[in-house]
Amino acid sequence: MMFDRPLLRFVPRGTKINFMRGRFIGLATSAVLSIASLILFFHPGLTLGLDFRGGIVVEARTQGPADFNAIRAALAAQHVTAAGVQSFGGPDDVLIRLDTPPESEPDHEARTQAMVDSVRHAIGTLPGAQVLRADAVGASVSKELFRNGMLALGISLLMILAYIWFRFEWEFAVSAVVTLVLDLTKAIGFLVITHFEFDLVMVAAILTILGYSTNDKVVVYDRVRENLRKYRTMPLAELIDLSINETLSRTLGTSSTVFLAALPLALFGGASLSGFAWVMLFGIVVGTSSSIFIAAPLLLLLGEKRLRRDARPPVRN
Amino acid sequence: MMYYSRLRMASVIGVCLIGLALCLPNVIRQPVASLPWRQIHLGLDLRGGSYLLLQVDMNSVTADRLRGLQDETRQTLLKNSLGYRNLTTTAHGVTFTPRTPEEAQPDLKALRAMPMNVPGEFRVEQAEGGQIAITLSAEAARQRAYDAVTQSIEIVRRRIDATGAIDPEITRQGDDRIIVELPGISDPERVKNLLGTTAKMTFHLVADSAIGSAVPPPGVEMLPMTDGQTKLPVFSHVDVDGADLTNASASIDQQSGEWAVNFTFDSTGAQEFGDVTRTNVGKRFAIVLDNKVIEAPVIRTAITGGSGQITGGFSAQQATDMALLLRAGALPAPLNVIEQRSIGPSLGADSIRAGGYSLAAGFVLVIAFMALFYGRFGWYANIALLANLVLMTAILSLFEATLTLPGMAGMLLTLGMAVDANILINERIREEVARGRSALQAMQAGFERATGTIVDSNATALLAHVMLFVFGTGPVRGFALTITIGIVTTLFTTLLLSRMLMVRWYARTRPSTLPV
Repeated sequence: MMFDRPLLRFVPRGTKINFMRGRFIGLATSAVLSIASLILFFHPGLTLGLDFRGGIVVEARTQGPADFNAIRAALAAQHVTAAGVQSFGGPDDVLIRLDTPPESEPDHEARTQAMVDSVRHAIGTLPGAQVLRADAVGASVSKELFRNGMLALGISLLMILAYIWFRFEWEFAVSAVVTLVLDLTKAIGFLVITHFEFDLVMVAAILTILGYSTNDKVVVYDRVRENLRKYRTMPLAELIDLSINETLSRTLGTSSTVFLAALPLALFGGASLSGFAWVMLFGIVVGTSSSIFIAAPLLLLLGEKRLRRDARPPVRN
Repeated sequence: MMYYSRLRMASVIGVCLIGLALCLPNVIRQPVASLPWRQIHLGLDLRGGSYLLLQVDMNSVTADRLRGLQDETRQTLLKNSLGYRNLTTTAHGVTFTPRTPEEAQPDLKALRAMPMNVPGEFRVEQAEGGQIAITLSAEAARQRAYDAVTQSIEIVRRRIDATGAIDPEITRQGDDRIIVELPGISDPERVKNLLGTTAKMTFHLVADSAIGSAVPPPGVEMLPMTDGQTKLPVFSHVDVDGADLTNASASIDQQSGEWAVNFTFDSTGAQEFGDVTRTNVGKRFAIVLDNKVIEAPVIRTAITGGSGQITGGFSAQQATDMALLLRAGALPAPLNVIEQRSIGPSLGADSIRAGGYSLAAGFVLVIAFMALFYGRFGWYANIALLANLVLMTAILSLFEATLTLPGMAGMLLTLGMAVDANILINERIREEVARGRSALQAMQAGFERATGTIVDSNATALLAHVMLFVFGTGPVRGFALTITIGIVTTLFTTLLLSRMLMVRWYARTRPSTLPV
């Protein structure tokens, strides 16, 4: 049968790459990227999406290329001032943003809703124009959504820590979670640079890449643990290298399939999903490399004394 | 590990076939009405429609009860010929000073006999300094808030049903919120206006003596007229409550040719209406809707038939909507729309197209990858992948889950991740072969060693997504649900189905070398 044997191979059989020799370069690179991401996080900061910022966003499609002046005039006729009118997707698609009244005002929710209706009426006065989407999120809701999103992120990290702790020794759990936090900061840096809006869907994307990254680390750790039992005298650095090399083919195979699955979504998935998919793609690359270059060296640093305690005397011999 | 009993094989195949059958409702029409026919619903982001998040104004629920309590207190004291001074409402109740210290005991006795909405709703006590305090209990306040939301949901449902919306979903969220989902309605303005009206109708006698006085006497309120300019003093006491209406309809008044709303009372309402109008002929009777006086006609004769008419210079739409609101009943408290998301049908169609093509392309890429890099075992993984897609669809149909755009992304990612288990097994088999194991030993070791890793890695992913489901809202929950279901189906298809295919192939051909 022609499809019996694999036609291609990712990694040649029995690689012996010495990853641990480059551990300080790996850690340093990661630290620099993460610090840079943190700086970006504080300045200029994330572009908050509607979910977390609150406000009004209306997407409209006009007949023929959008005439921004006509749109602004129509809005003014309805007594609303847009914070921004910009093109979006195609030339005939426009995005209108409005700021909501501050929460301190008594009837701010009702006024927010009235503003959405006014924008609809304004679009209605333009010939052939239609509203594609109209979203309004009040200030109290956006705060709550943000809190819930952060809560989901934080609790997930804790659960992952607890699970790995339960299944492995604490050195594994701590290295994994520290690596995940580093992955997370880089994803945030990516969001700042790309100006993708940070909203609930992005929280979902980040949680997914954290899940994926954990999955990847668990596979490498699983092999380390197996080899710790198998090779009782091998120094930890060597043993970790061996484990990474043994799982390398799987690591690259799985990251490729997830990458391939998400790629069309990033390229053709439309405005609402492509940001999500790009973050996924970034996360796959980061998560895969951090298993090898961050999580493994951290495990070596934390576990050098402890995990190989019983193995020391034979090594000296 | 390397043996599948007939029963086991039959059950694995059986599950896949049941899954296939459960997918059918999504593609063909229900042949017999009695057959259970569950299918996946498209989310609002895919089919177009509106999502409204409403908040029940709890302050007004409390304020209403306090106002009622104050009115009841006044009526009870008057009925018992007891006097009071400084009758006011506080944050949790009503206080007043008895006319004389001697009246304190009769006051307490009379007030403790007042009817309660729930047992232990309030306490009547004499505070230091002689004041009497009627305090609402916190427990009763919670119960009242819960009831207010339940009742609001019912009223919201009736109002929305009356507009003819198709498949509206109305659900409670948290303590004081209601989610309204309206598929197909991409401009929710009319619904918002209907829900934004409390529609509490009451009938009060007009306090003619107080007209022109700057400060209304106790028990009288100044209420604005609907024109918004003048105010009319009316007695706070509700003579007849609109809650006793049984029907309302809009029609054109024969004499004036104006739009009017006709209403009919139930027996209680008709009785009260009859009594009030009989004893107050010649006085003005104010019809108050949401604290605004619609009109205040003079009572000419006793109205005993239990029906009446409101003419307030309405347009056709206003009269129709008002009749609708009166029929559906008043909301126990005002509702505020705090979040609105509406998507037009064309955007939904665009999303389905883009999402669908991307899903298909991603699926094909993964299949090609597995075939190229893993050969025969890769194809087995692909069969399992297809079964995975079928089972995911089946479970989502069974739950009658809502497929959202992020949910579609979730499905795609699940499929990308699903082959991980097969890759783990295959790579393990490769290693064992490289170590010089026989085909049988290598496969056995591959399955055995990879299983622990597969369970570990999926368990962590499961944790993350269950969290997302618990704390997420809207479309994100759909995403988390899809991935959670996907992880379960992945464990089944890889640990049971694709392994079965490999084992059957081995048993059939007994190869000396493996195609890895």
